[in-house]
Amino acid sequence: MSNQQSSQLAVRCLNLCKTFTQGETRVVGLDDVSIDIAKGDMLCLSGPSGSGKTTLLNAIGALDTPDSGEVWIENKRIDQLSKGDRADLRMRHIGFVFQAFNLIPVLSAQENIEFVMELQGVAAAERHKMSSAILEQVGMGGLEHRRPAQLSGGQQQRVAVARAIVSRPSLVLADEPTANLDSQNALQLIELFTQLNTEMGITFVIATHDTRVMSYCRRLIRMVDGQVVSDEIRDTPSHPDAGKDPF
Amino acid sequence: MSVTLTLAWRNLWRHKRRSWLTIGAMVFSNVLLVFMITLQFGSYEMMINNTLRAFSGHIQIAQVSYQEQQKMRLTVPQVAELARQLQARFPGIEVAPRALTFVLAASEDRSFGLQLAGVDAAREPSMSTIPGLMVEGRYLSAAGANEIVLGSVLARNLKVTVGDEITLLGTGVDGSLAAAVVSVSGIFDSGLADIDRSLAQILLRDFQSLFAMQDRGHAILVNAPDIAQTNFYQAEIKGWLSSRGVSDLEVLNWEQLNPGLRQAIQSDMASAWFMYMVLIVLVAFSALNTQLMSVLERTREFGIMSAVGVRTSTLGRLVLLESTVLAALGLLLGCALGALVALYFRVNGLSLPGMAEMAAQYNLPPKMYPSLQPMAILLGPLVVFMGCVSSALYPALKLTALTPVSAMRAV
Repeated sequence: MSNQQSSQLAVRCLNLCKTFTQGETRVVGLDDVSIDIAKGDMLCLSGPSGSGKTTLLNAIGALDTPDSGEVWIENKRIDQLSKGDRADLRMRHIGFVFQAFNLIPVLSAQENIEFVMELQGVAAAERHKMSSAILEQVGMGGLEHRRPAQLSGGQQQRVAVARAIVSRPSLVLADEPTANLDSQNALQLIELFTQLNTEMGITFVIATHDTRVMSYCRRLIRMVDGQVVSDEIRDTPSHPDAGKDPF
Repeated sequence: MSVTLTLAWRNLWRHKRRSWLTIGAMVFSNVLLVFMITLQFGSYEMMINNTLRAFSGHIQIAQVSYQEQQKMRLTVPQVAELARQLQARFPGIEVAPRALTFVLAASEDRSFGLQLAGVDAAREPSMSTIPGLMVEGRYLSAAGANEIVLGSVLARNLKVTVGDEITLLGTGVDGSLAAAVVSVSGIFDSGLADIDRSLAQILLRDFQSLFAMQDRGHAILVNAPDIAQTNFYQAEIKGWLSSRGVSDLEVLNWEQLNPGLRQAIQSDMASAWFMYMVLIVLVAFSALNTQLMSVLERTREFGIMSAVGVRTSTLGRLVLLESTVLAALGLLLGCALGALVALYFRVNGLSLPGMAEMAAQYNLPPKMYPSLQPMAILLGPLVVFMGCVSSALYPALKLTALTPVSAMRAV
C-alpha cells in the first residue's frame, strides 16, 4: 500500500491472532484477521456471540494486545506501545461507547464528561463550556447535573457518547451500544452516530447484533469463529433516515 | 473544586456507614493518643521542672568551660551584682547567684565528701524547691551566719541533726586551706537520692569568705517563667551579656546542663511509642480494609476509567486521595476532640488514687496536667494520618496491575 493510501486509513489490522484460555480449553478470539478501515467510515462488525467482534474492537482500541499481528491507528503502530502510552492514545484519539453505558455513578452527567477532560489538562472554564456544548449536541441540555441513576438508559448512553466524542477523537468504538436500549432510544443513538460521522468526520466501528444499526452503516464486516467471513461495502446506508438529525 | 477531588469525596460516601466506622476508629485512636501524649509531655514538663527547680535552674551563666571542668578558679566576678542587674533587665525571670565546690564534711563520728553550694537565702526560695523541702529545722536565714542545711541522707550518714556542728575542709580559690565550723540549721528531703546524699548549702557570703572568693561566685541561675521559654531567654541573656562586652561567660540551658535528663525522657518516649504504634497499626489496618474493599467493589468502574484513557497510576492516585481525605477527617476530628479532652484536664488536672499523698512528700503538685503544646496534640494524629494514607499504597499499587478488559468483566 502506498503512503497516500495509508494516510487515508483510520485503522489497519494485519494478521491479528488472539487466543484465550477458559479453564483447560483454548478459545480462538481472532484468527488471522486483517482489515483496513478508512477515515470517516462507519463500519459495523456483526456475527454471533464469540465470533471475535469484541476481541477485535479491544485490539483496535488498545484495550488488549493481540498475540501476534499488527494494529495501526493513523499510521502509528499501537500493539507494541507501553501500557501508559496506550492509555494516552485512548484518551486522546479513541472514544468508547459500551453496552452498559459505564458512567461513573457518583458524578453528574457533566462531571462524567469533565473528568476525562480534566485528565487531559483542559482548563476548568474550557471544560465547562465544552461539556455543556457537547451535552446540548447529544440532546442532553438541561440534564447536566443529573447523576446516572437519575437518567434513563437512553439518556445515559447519550452522555456516554458525549464523553466519547468530547475530546474530538478520530475514532469511536462502540460495543453493542444499543443492546440495553429500547427501540426508540436505539434509533436515536444510531442516528446520533450517523450525524457525528457525517458532520464531524469521526470514524465509527460498531460491534452489534442489531440489524437496525447495521442498516445505518456503509460497511458491514461479518465475523465467525474469529475470522472475517464477509466484508460488504455499500455506497449509501440502507436505512432511509440515515444522516438525519435524531433530535 | 476539581472533578478528581469531587470524585474522591463522593466515593467516600458511597458507603457512609463503612466510612464513618473507619473515621470513628481514627478519631478514637487520635483522641486517645492526644490525651496520652499531652499527659506524657505534661509529666515530662513536671519532671523537668522539679528536677531543675531542685537545684540547677533552667539556665546558668558561668565562665566558659566551667560546666565541663567544674574548677574552683573559673569564677564569675561580682556575681551578686551581676545577678541583680540581670534581674532588673529581665523582671519576668528569677535569678540567683551560686558558688559551688566540693569539701570534706566531718561530724563527731563520721566524714563524708559533699557538694557545698553558697546561696543567696533571699533569692533561693524563688529559684529552688529545696527551701520548701525542709523536714527538720529551718532553711538558711539571710541574717544568720555559719549555718548549713543538708540533705536527709547526708545528715543520716554524718549522724547529725539540727543544732549539731560540722567541720568543713576544702581548698580556697587561691589554693589556701579553707576550714570552718558550721551549725546545722535544717535538713531537707528532696526525694532525689543524689541530691539528698551529697548536697549542702551555706550562705553565699559565708562561702565567699571561707574560700577566699571575695565577690565572686561560680554561676548565676535563671528560671524562665515557663520552661518552654528557656531558649528565648537564653538568647536574650546572651545578647544582653554581649551588649555589655562580656565575652568570658557562657549561657547554658537545662538540656546542656543536664544531658542525662533529656536522654531519660527520650528513652521513656521510645518505650511509650512502642505501645502507641500497636494502636496506630490497628487503625491503619482498619483503613486498609476499607480502602481494599472499596477498590475491589469498584474494579469494573476502574476498568471503564482505564478504558477511556485514565492511566492506572492516576487511578492509584485517586485511591490515595480518597484515603488522604478519609484520614484528614479523622485527623481534624481526632485533634479537635483530643484537644478538648486535654484542655479539660489542663484546667482541672488529673489525679490518680494515692498520687496526691505521694506527690506531697516530694513537694510536687498533687495532680498531673497535660501539656497543650501543638507538638503534643498533633504528633500522634499525624502518625495515624500517615499510617492510614500509607495503608492505601497496597490497593493503589494493585490498581497499577489492572487491565481494562479483565477489569470490565468484573461483576
